[in-house]
Amino acid sequence: MATVSSESSGIVYAKAPARSTLVPQPSRTPTLRIRPTKGWAALNLGELWSYRDLLWILVERNIKVIYKQTALGIGWVALQPLIAASILAIIAGRVANLPSDGTPHLLFVFCGWTIWNYFQQTAQRSSTSLISNAQLVSKVYFPRMLIPLSHTFSTLVDFGVTLIMLFIFMAIYHVVPTVRLLAIPGFLFLTAITATGVALWFSALSVKYRDTNYALPLFLQIWMWASAIIYPTSMIDSPRWRMLFALNPVVGFVEGFRWCVLGRSALTPTMLWITIGMSALALLTGAFFFRRVERDFADII
Amino acid sequence: MPEIALSIQDLSKSYRIAHRGGLGGYKTLHDELITIPRRLINRVRRNGRSTSETFWALKNVSFDVKQGEVLGLIGSNGAGKSTLLKILNRITEPTTGGVDIYGRVGALLEVGTGFHPELTGRENIFLNGAILGMTRAEIKKKFDEIVAFAEVEKFLDTPVKRYSSGMYVRLAFAVAAHLDPEILLIDEVLAVGDAEFQKKCLQKMEEVAANQGRTVIFVSHNMDAVCHLCSRCILLRNGEIQKSGDAAEVVAAYLGGEQEKAPTIQFTSIDSDASFQFAGLFDSKGEPTTSFNASDPILLKCSFRLRCEIEGLQVSLAVFNFKGDRIFYAPVSMANPPISVEAAGEHHLTASIPGRLLLPGRYFITLALHTPKTKLYDIRRQALSFRVLATISDRFDGFAGDELGHVYADVKWQRTDGDGVRLPKHQPPSILASG
Repeated sequence: MATVSSESSGIVYAKAPARSTLVPQPSRTPTLRIRPTKGWAALNLGELWSYRDLLWILVERNIKVIYKQTALGIGWVALQPLIAASILAIIAGRVANLPSDGTPHLLFVFCGWTIWNYFQQTAQRSSTSLISNAQLVSKVYFPRMLIPLSHTFSTLVDFGVTLIMLFIFMAIYHVVPTVRLLAIPGFLFLTAITATGVALWFSALSVKYRDTNYALPLFLQIWMWASAIIYPTSMIDSPRWRMLFALNPVVGFVEGFRWCVLGRSALTPTMLWITIGMSALALLTGAFFFRRVERDFADII
Repeated sequence: MPEIALSIQDLSKSYRIAHRGGLGGYKTLHDELITIPRRLINRVRRNGRSTSETFWALKNVSFDVKQGEVLGLIGSNGAGKSTLLKILNRITEPTTGGVDIYGRVGALLEVGTGFHPELTGRENIFLNGAILGMTRAEIKKKFDEIVAFAEVEKFLDTPVKRYSSGMYVRLAFAVAAHLDPEILLIDEVLAVGDAEFQKKCLQKMEEVAANQGRTVIFVSHNMDAVCHLCSRCILLRNGEIQKSGDAAEVVAAYLGGEQEKAPTIQFTSIDSDASFQFAGLFDSKGEPTTSFNASDPILLKCSFRLRCEIEGLQVSLAVFNFKGDRIFYAPVSMANPPISVEAAGEHHLTASIPGRLLLPGRYFITLALHTPKTKLYDIRRQALSFRVLATISDRFDGFAGDELGHVYADVKWQRTDGDGVRLPKHQPPSILASG
């Protein structure tokens, strides 16, 4: 019905001045108001939630695409951490003679590497994700945050594979699993939060500054050595320095993860609280920064 | 009265264009750091020599679109059409002004943007659908319809990177066309794909607008499609609305590239022995007008004055299309019975251009008073302009004359029995004579 009347009134309507009244329909509220925004924007989590279907489909896509047209396929997920951890274990145990809280070096390093690898993969993949989806960003609207966020979820597959390998290592080294393993999701959650925060910062920056593509791998490399991946936090004697060390959230969840798996760790409740605080800080600042610069993405990407 | 689906108020969008060149749009941190001192100085000096300039892609654009309306947006490249769609689709933010939207917006700004080459057709339907704002359940419900429209059943499980470009486009359009938004934004998607598919897309869009009562905003350079689909049209030029109104009228203004002329014109006299005084276009009822149905005759009335008798004087008219090509020429010497315009004094003539001669489009008339091949007394170039409108009864199918030629050839089409083509050579072909 609406069609007929609109067509018949179309010409009459066109003759009216093009400028519209500022209060078009007093009885209806617009579904959407587009206005220029300034300064800090709200996180708009409601909208993010309404787009959850897209998030899952993006996650699915990331998983399906990542090792396509490779001969080893998902084998890479297992091979990469295995080789990296082996090399690091040799360096830590044979070359540097670092302590390992009495655990075999390979197991010790692999344990740290499992959680670090998840952190690093998430940060790295999502930081470049906006650029590689530039076509999408400049042509279609959806909450931009979904793109980096989707990697937080899709790298869980990699984590799962590495975790299974870790369990195999535990069996090889006769480490008896305990109920502490149930705390793994908690530390994983902390890792995910921190990684997402870092990713939001870097992906938002990368839209304007392509420098991040070069800076981030270097940054992560340094971060890895600065976190207790191949050495235990117990190496640091002074408790005061340990607290300072704990400001690096990675230390917190690596030690926590080790506590779950190996049962030995220098993690104290204070350190844990610091880690939780730092993780939340990373996520919140990342999210707000992302929202602030998001509005210009399509114009500068 | 239908309700408003979309209301645009004083919308402007500016971009900063850097004047340094070389680096393009990308800035490195280094660039940003080394320009800090300069920018600080500029800020202090306020308008010290700035390195960038503000470019207004849209300037104070305001209009409303009603529910169920199909609005065309036309204009040359860089007029701001795509920027406007991008703002409506929330891809980019306006600089000032605002938009109120009543209903869900779906957009098809470029075919296949959401596709991932490594994924199969099936996976991409879900991906693209979700990106365009559909939920998984909605896509599932429409899946078969999408596949049927795109005609890609056989290749559903092939990665789309191995698709032909035609298949790719078909699939992408199919997904977008089956979106269920209340307001659909479409940007120049018909530039791709073969003729047959383009027709299918147009049909689908028509169906969406007419049968389902959706609001459509359609950006295109294809004037035929705009005339055909849109009830109303807005012409943008340098970011501002230049003209808005009936689609055929606005398209004609865009193609003609100038202001609409009045149907009648009173000429200022010139110092010549023979000069025009008046010219005007009238329909068969005698009403002055500039738009004619394709089947109606066009009456041109003109008056001119001769100071003295001029032997062999002719008055003539020539009709040009908007590109300036001459369509035909008609001197008064063609009149039967003959008319003489040699006597001193005023002359009033009417020339009738028959209906079913010109195809829909915009045309200009030039008038001249001259003695052939010797002297030109008065010429009024493009003194009048008129439009020939498409009417359904003429079976022009809504095309503007531009693409298809300019004259309506009264070709007689007939059905014949297929035997005619195989007649022996010595017999005269009887197909043309037969009823």
